[in-house]
Amino acid sequence: MKKLQVAALKEGTVIDHIPPKKLFKVITLLKLQNCDNMITFGTNLESKRMGRKAIIKVSEKFFEDSEINRITLIAPNAKINIIKNFEVVEKRPLKLPDEVKEIVTCPNPACITNHQPVTTHFIVQEERDVVLLKCHYCEKEAKLEEVKIK
Amino acid sequence: MKNRSLVSITDYSKDEILEILHLATEFEASPNQKILAGKIIATLFFEPSTRTRLSFETAVNRLRGRIIGFSDAMTSSSVKGETLHDTIRMVANYADAIVMRHPLEGSARYASEISPVPIINAGDGANQHPSQTLLDLYSILKTQGTLENLKICLVGDLKYGRTVHSLIMAMSHFNPCFRFIAPDELKMPDEYKLFCKKNKIPFEETTELAGNFDDADILYITRVQKERFLDMLEFERVKNTYTLKNNMLRNSKPNLKILHPLPRVNEIHPDVDNNPKAYYFQQAQNGMYVRQAIVTKVLGIK
Ligand SMILES: [Zn+2]
Repeated sequence: MKKLQVAALKEGTVIDHIPPKKLFKVITLLKLQNCDNMITFGTNLESKRMGRKAIIKVSEKFFEDSEINRITLIAPNAKINIIKNFEVVEKRPLKLPDEVKEIVTCPNPACITNHQPVTTHFIVQEERDVVLLKCHYCEKEAKLEEVKIK
Repeated sequence: MKNRSLVSITDYSKDEILEILHLATEFEASPNQKILAGKIIATLFFEPSTRTRLSFETAVNRLRGRIIGFSDAMTSSSVKGETLHDTIRMVANYADAIVMRHPLEGSARYASEISPVPIINAGDGANQHPSQTLLDLYSILKTQGTLENLKICLVGDLKYGRTVHSLIMAMSHFNPCFRFIAPDELKMPDEYKLFCKKNKIPFEETTELAGNFDDADILYITRVQKERFLDMLEFERVKNTYTLKNNMLRNSKPNLKILHPLPRVNEIHPDVDNNPKAYYFQQAQNGMYVRQAIVTKVLGIK
């Protein structure tokens, strides 16, 4: 039997196949720094598919779709497994969220959100494999690669 | 539709646009009424725009409403560092509706979310200016008798000109056909061409003005600003070829009307002013009736 590189989880959520460079962004997006549950993570682990990968295991936590789907913005190929009693009971497909609030900075320097204490808010659209974020306030569109994720 | 803000022209459906235009027709027939008696409208101009402010204030005054507010940020509390949030909440205590102009894009949308009274956007930076769009539509309707199936030539700064972008959005309800006439530096952005394609709105593009609008019902001209050019020689060339002169109108359609959001600089030669096809001064005047319609509509009076 293959030896587990990160301790097994009894109940909770496993986020697998995260690019190692994106691990800390994923932690921030899911606000895990404020989470009191038991969390283990590993990075630069061997992966047949991607060479090196990172993984996060959060004990006794089951995310809302609106929370977990945020990570599609930075790690679209991550895999979400729901664990109950050491077994994978569900593989949750990641979907692009319809909207993102707070976590993205508007690239338009003249946007109100860059000058006043206003929570950012974007409408997410996908067109021919290009993910576009449209600012709810200044109405400017930007490609996902062009925006800064907090 | 009571107590609804007007931030962007896309906030209004086709029916709501037509309702505003219908109301404006009524106000043009009798612009002096008492229907805003007892109402207070705030005009908050965080950046100066005398033209727009006077138009809104006259619109309200002729309907017997009262005005409070300020005409530039230097006299307002935002100089002392007050947030837009706090200014709006404070003014909303006094006014039944707020007309605002602000240099930051998205400021009007944000204000509409935190304000208990309706917000009318009178320009948020380079973003939206819906009362301008509605007065453009009113001018088109009034001069053509319809908004449907018109050939509209948009001329000048099509890259940065928000009025032409909003006009495309608003006209998309009425089966138009566009020609975009602009120098390469100021071409219509892809975003709006894509919008036309998606909505099956035919359009053509050209870089020459002369001889390219003989089939048009509306010639909509915008200001070409020096600041947009890196090469001043190129600016001089564009400035001269994009000046509409009276003799260029010889073969135009009898129903053609020339619109311009004003102020103009060089784009229209003064010899056009006496041509009955010149409509830009009446267009500005139409703004007052349209603004009367907007104010009464957001207040739920009409
Ligand atoms: Zn923005």
